[in-house]
Amino acid sequence: MLTYAIRRLILSIPTLLFISFVIFMLLQLAPGDPMAQVPLTVPPEVKQKMREALGVGQPPLVQYWKWLVQVFWIEPQVLIDYLFGTDFSEGKQRVISWQTRSPVMDIVIQRIPQTLSVVGVAYVVAILIAIPIGIYSAYRQYSVFDQAGTFVTMIGFSVPPFFTGPLLIVIFSVQLGWFPSIYDTTHVVTDWASFKLQLQQMIMPVMVLALQITAQLSRYMRASMLDNLGQDYVRTARAKGLSESIVVLQHVLRNSMIPVVTVIALGIPSIFGGAIITENVFKVNGIGQLLLTWLFANDLPGVMTLTFIFAVLIVLFNLIADILYGLLDPRIRYD
Amino acid sequence: MKLKSLMLGAAASFALAPAAFAERGSDGDVKIIYWQAPSILNPFLSGGTKDVESASMIIEPLARYNEKGELVPWLVNEVPTVSNGGVSEDLTKITWNITPGIKWSDGSDFTSEDVKFTYEYCTDPEGGCAQLTKFEGVTSVETPDAHTVIVTFDKPTPNPYGPFVGGESPILQKAQFASCMGAAASTCTEQNFNPIGTGPFVVTEFKPNDVITMKANDNYRDASKPAFATVTFKGGGSAAASGTAVMETGEFDYAWNLQLAPDVIAKMEAGGKGKPVAGFGPLLERIMLNNTNPSADLGPDERSVVGPHPFLSDPAVYKAMSMAIDRNLLVEIGYGQAGRVSCSWVPAPAAFAVDIEGCDVQDIEGAKAMLDAAGIVDTDGDGIREKDGVKLSILYQTSTNAVRQDFQALIKEWWSEIGIETELRNIDASVFFGGDAGSPDTFQKFYADVEMYANTFNGTDPQAYLGNGLCDKAPKPSSQWQGENISRFCSEEFDAIHAELSQTADMAKRAELAQKLSLMAYEEGAMIPLVHRGRLSAHSNTLGGVQLNVWDSELWNVADWYRIK
Amino acid sequence: MTDTIAPIEALQDKEPQKPPRSRSKDVWDQFRKHKGAMFGLFFLVLITLAVLVGPFLWDADPQKIDIRNKNMRPIYTAIWDSTAKVGWHKPLGSDQLGRDQLAQLLSGGRASMAVGWAAMILSLFIGTAIGVAAGFYKKLDGLLMRTTDLFLALPVLPLLLLAVTLFRQPLRANFGPEGGMFILIVTIIAITSWMPTARIVRGDILAIKEREFVLAAHSIGTVPGKVIRRHLLPNVLSPILVSAALGLATAIITESALSFLGVGFPSDFPTWGKMLADAVVRMEEYPERVLLPGIAISLTVLSVNYLGDGLRDALDPRIRGR
Repeated sequence: MLTYAIRRLILSIPTLLFISFVIFMLLQLAPGDPMAQVPLTVPPEVKQKMREALGVGQPPLVQYWKWLVQVFWIEPQVLIDYLFGTDFSEGKQRVISWQTRSPVMDIVIQRIPQTLSVVGVAYVVAILIAIPIGIYSAYRQYSVFDQAGTFVTMIGFSVPPFFTGPLLIVIFSVQLGWFPSIYDTTHVVTDWASFKLQLQQMIMPVMVLALQITAQLSRYMRASMLDNLGQDYVRTARAKGLSESIVVLQHVLRNSMIPVVTVIALGIPSIFGGAIITENVFKVNGIGQLLLTWLFANDLPGVMTLTFIFAVLIVLFNLIADILYGLLDPRIRYD
Repeated sequence: MKLKSLMLGAAASFALAPAAFAERGSDGDVKIIYWQAPSILNPFLSGGTKDVESASMIIEPLARYNEKGELVPWLVNEVPTVSNGGVSEDLTKITWNITPGIKWSDGSDFTSEDVKFTYEYCTDPEGGCAQLTKFEGVTSVETPDAHTVIVTFDKPTPNPYGPFVGGESPILQKAQFASCMGAAASTCTEQNFNPIGTGPFVVTEFKPNDVITMKANDNYRDASKPAFATVTFKGGGSAAASGTAVMETGEFDYAWNLQLAPDVIAKMEAGGKGKPVAGFGPLLERIMLNNTNPSADLGPDERSVVGPHPFLSDPAVYKAMSMAIDRNLLVEIGYGQAGRVSCSWVPAPAAFAVDIEGCDVQDIEGAKAMLDAAGIVDTDGDGIREKDGVKLSILYQTSTNAVRQDFQALIKEWWSEIGIETELRNIDASVFFGGDAGSPDTFQKFYADVEMYANTFNGTDPQAYLGNGLCDKAPKPSSQWQGENISRFCSEEFDAIHAELSQTADMAKRAELAQKLSLMAYEEGAMIPLVHRGRLSAHSNTLGGVQLNVWDSELWNVADWYRIK
Repeated sequence: MTDTIAPIEALQDKEPQKPPRSRSKDVWDQFRKHKGAMFGLFFLVLITLAVLVGPFLWDADPQKIDIRNKNMRPIYTAIWDSTAKVGWHKPLGSDQLGRDQLAQLLSGGRASMAVGWAAMILSLFIGTAIGVAAGFYKKLDGLLMRTTDLFLALPVLPLLLLAVTLFRQPLRANFGPEGGMFILIVTIIAITSWMPTARIVRGDILAIKEREFVLAAHSIGTVPGKVIRRHLLPNVLSPILVSAALGLATAIITESALSFLGVGFPSDFPTWGKMLADAVVRMEEYPERVLLPGIAISLTVLSVNYLGDGLRDALDPRIRGR
């Protein structure tokens, strides 16, 4: 397994290079103009000059090479400088966003706290709810609990966040006035009162996101548990007198985790990617909102860097999932 | 009924404006929300309205337009004119006299050197300055002393109020930006995010595309202003959400540019925490008529490049299309108090607007009769008319926006009543308004028969804007599809009148010529004007001093805002 | 009295006379016993019939603007609010331009169901095929899973815009404006949503192919194709069916998001997702405009989900006949 992991890690470097190249070419070929949001009152000649100042007209391969150097050579230097107070990166060109004219990585780092505190918390909440629901629904298949769980989760999944978000705002912000409808990213938690305020502003976006994730996870958990509950080894385990909790929570659960691990591993990169619609509805302004803003502004360096970070996480977590398969089911061999 | 009560509400809010002025910083925090988040606080590098307006709280021009569209002195003693000797007789020189004693927020003196530097900063060929047109025709900026700035133009300029006037052309501090000239402009993150200004507020923290926190400028020229100690300037979300936050939940004090259907605004206002205010600039929603042939069968060098259009070139067709439209209904459905019926290309200022008869009445029967008289009739019985064997089948495109899609549906219905078939298409605004020559869906490329959007101009002089109808400004492949003459309208007479306009200084004569050009665009088939659109913003009931200004930044008088107690 | 020897109870054949039963009949019998599945089937047939036949019975034009009758409420509103603007000519009310809601719901359902099913099936097909191939053939695993990583990482919006630029014109020319758009939408949704299915199926296949029964099948000389069809696919059916129900919901909602980008159907062509999205700003005054399409989508997804549950139970020989 260790050699497999190391081989995969080494292999992921050319994979990521290839992915970054494909993404870059896609962004180049897709129609879009960083000047699209400049008002029509600014004449085309001026817009052309602005584009030139950004380096838009350069050959794609030159731009790609510059981006590669900036991301793989200069940005790590900036990080080292920041950690150890050295000055390797002094005067070197970092990845600069076209829209804000500032280093992309600085803005990304600025956005991580709110994304983690909303999307990350939602994910944890969803996992904590979904797995017990899935297990119990399968164990008591067609019980009232199972039926109710199915009903709620499927409705939760089929109504989109662009509807549930505003609905919650109408109920809890406009009518009841309990929670703010606009997330305050400048809020700092210092004491109990400010912590309460933070909880209040987090609760609605977390609810909307957790509903979606819970629905998806609990369905896979339930289906996979059902598959395993009917297997012969379960009968054997019961026959030899093991308690129900050991049978269900150790034997069956472990064997049912593979699809769930897959879904969670696919989901964790999306925590960092943010939840585009939900962040926008509640004005959380995390990474999802940043990506959306840059996509609409056709900010190529920004979108490219964000997507690339996302790709790194996808490759990494899919590798982790593959290793977890082996731990969950030792029969799975990769070599 | 509803409309009337809205109007009264808006009027009342203006009447409330004068109130007690407290000392600086006594009114706590004011919260402003823009549903487009500011990305940078240097308007010379962005040009986006959200960036220009957020920066206008910090950096200021020498003079600006007030809510009535009149020039008012800002950092100068008076607005220079020919009569007070500030503008030379031959209209090539303008002299500004800076008010002494103005300080930057860092405590240093504001001098003419800073003004001159701003000119050099923006006109640097490598800088990519978004406000370059403001400095068009300027040959030099001289500073005989610390409080005098003389701007010289290369030719007589009837409207010399381009440089250093209005929110798009504020003054930067030389000391701060001296190292940011030209190609270095985009590396000056610190300067672009924290400009030192003369305005009422200074940045404490700027999170790009998210939020700006500001505090009162200790060195602001009026010791009693601003009334607010801090500002929270949030960005992001949608127009609907920001309207809710001001008028329904009362979380925010001011929401910018609420482009929402009137019934939605009315419902929000019923929330009782705030009210909408509307103002009218020269923004006109219109349908551009393609004067060239957009057929997909033509090659890329001919499609939407060579004219004429198979049927839109016939006056009977475009006039009938215009007559079939009920503009009053469009205003009622789409804009309410933020819209007026107008058929004038330049709908404001009033002196330049032209009143076109019959613009506000729908005449389906008249339109049918006009088409019949021109021999454009339905020959094969499918309900669609033909001209010389070509079906009157129109592709109608616009950007994605709820109100525009409602307009599309309504107009399609009316055109079908007069026997014109319409296919609708809506395109994401970032593609539609983007100038990507590789995309078939940009408004410049105009691969459609008609398209709808709105356009306007800065300031109060429409000369450059009317230039959008000149023959040589038509987008074509050789110019990478750049060009402002979207309809590809071409008339020698139009070009001649425009040339005359650019050499005329007399205001009455200028207005007359501009009206003539507006009328030509309407009569000769460049566009079908639809609605004169206003700007609608909302403020909370406890926020005083708001005077909606459509000629300059909406936040132009933020120093005068105060909390109603 | 003649003594007949009574057969020993335990050895007695209880039902000797019945002819052998076919597998499909067994499956159907089991399926019928599943109440949820029967409900699901019933509603699905009902909805499908409604959107197929409905527009002929209620023949109002969904795109017809009737400005005098705008903002009408559904007829049932009259029960509690006698002042509401209602009328039998608009049983479910009308929108802000006076377009008939019932007609929109019916014809919108047609488009949504067609797009939803087509995209879901295509995406399941791609996902399952890639997942099975990657899980079963070790040589393909690396390549196919790295391709999956690539697709997961691609930003959707630029991909959509590029697809429109490249393919809208030719598809429109060959299949007409609506047909071309349909193909484009379905393909786009499918190629951007097959990856989770592929990963999940692969994970399960990796585990199942090491089980003894697969080894047994190999050892008696079963060809790989048959091992996949007879032994592996039936065992990964349940996650596939879950993906189907979730995929249908995603496809119906995604379609509405596409039309904002100018990739979807024209703006006056109703679909459930678009009706829902357009009505969100007015959900306080006219809740029915969000609820009706919302319920339609939820009901369809729930039906498919229960149908999947029943199908899974019926196809599982361990549950069947118990």
